[in-house]
Amino acid sequence: MARITAGVGSSHVPLLGVAVDQGKTGDDYFGPIFAGYEWTREWEKREKPDVVILVYNDHASAFDASIIPTFAIGCGERYKPADEGWGPRAVPDVEGHADLAWHIAQSLILDDFDMTIINEMDVDHGLTVPLSMMFGQPEAWPTKVIPLAVNVVTYPVPSGNRCWALGEGIARAVASFPEDLNVQIWGTGGMSHQLQGPRAGLLNREWDTKFMDLLVGDSQAARAIPHIEYLRETGSEGIEMVMWLIMRGALGRETKLLHRHYHIPCSNTAIGHIVLDPAE
Amino acid sequence: MNQDIHEYLAELEDIPGTRVFTARRARQGYHLNQFAMSLMKPENRERWKADERAYLDEWPMSEEQKQAVLARDYNRCLDLGGNVYFLAKVFSTDGLSFAEAVSTMTDMTFPEYREMMLNGGRSAEGNRSIKANRAAAGAADQQGGY
Repeated sequence: MARITAGVGSSHVPLLGVAVDQGKTGDDYFGPIFAGYEWTREWEKREKPDVVILVYNDHASAFDASIIPTFAIGCGERYKPADEGWGPRAVPDVEGHADLAWHIAQSLILDDFDMTIINEMDVDHGLTVPLSMMFGQPEAWPTKVIPLAVNVVTYPVPSGNRCWALGEGIARAVASFPEDLNVQIWGTGGMSHQLQGPRAGLLNREWDTKFMDLLVGDSQAARAIPHIEYLRETGSEGIEMVMWLIMRGALGRETKLLHRHYHIPCSNTAIGHIVLDPAE
Repeated sequence: MNQDIHEYLAELEDIPGTRVFTARRARQGYHLNQFAMSLMKPENRERWKADERAYLDEWPMSEEQKQAVLARDYNRCLDLGGNVYFLAKVFSTDGLSFAEAVSTMTDMTFPEYREMMLNGGRSAEGNRSIKANRAAAGAADQQGGY
């Protein structure tokens, strides 16, 4: 049977991709950020996941304003890195796992989650930056990836509670897949940041720390955090953190902390990273 | 978990210096954002760079929106329904980093903005609610009257 063996949370700031692609990961600015991912890189080499369900948001790359799916799952065979305005990143294509993806899509729909199914799309920094953070610069990504794109741009975005519940549904779906697969789920985006307007540059270490605390153990408090709290406390783009709750929801009743990292700033953003083990 | 939609939307307008990308803004800015999106294609970037005004005139945008884009007035673009992830295609084509483009929306120069970020960013303190700020200012005025 397939099983979810771990959850990873990580920011996906595009500048981190630039740092990797231009070999700057050890300099004064980026060094402390990347140092916090070293543990995870070693851990991933041992864990060797077969598939990563990668929860992220598209930043006006694959989806324009014409179609706005709330939850969309990639069921294709492979995905190319998107050209976000400065040419595509020189990273490997992302290989999908169509069998598991379609199984999850079908299971979720029968479980009352009305998923959008995507067969073809390009994937932007929201998806490729976390892969670079966890795996560096390999010839080919060492895992298959199921992209799960969430609308966190056009309001209303899904509630934290709905995201958590979707994670629970994903866990049920994975558990009913007959093939023996080591599956991880990653929630990406955040942490506090605001990229627009005169209030741009807002960061909130205290709130971010509290949010990470809530992901460890058996608390379900994070699912009740309303949108307005993310907006007021963590900036307009801090809302991306609802995607971490899909990851947390998929890990079951209780989690154990394996690794945690926080750094301010990267460009406009607070970098957060957490690795969780489902306790059961 | 059900929430009254009117209360929900009203709260989104209560954040200082912020334009939450609501349905109203998404409708108002639809063509502005789709124009920006078109710059993801290299051939469109070339045509845009060659003649910005002519390129904009191919889109059913308001004159205000076109002027805001030509002036790279990103706060004005936000007011007219632009979304930063779409507008990013414009400033990326200009060769600006995200941080530099974002700094133009604040009252700081880019070096000042960078310095603020290195020092921990802008505090949420005093930046959470327009209403709360007004109430605090009112209370301060009353105290000043003594």
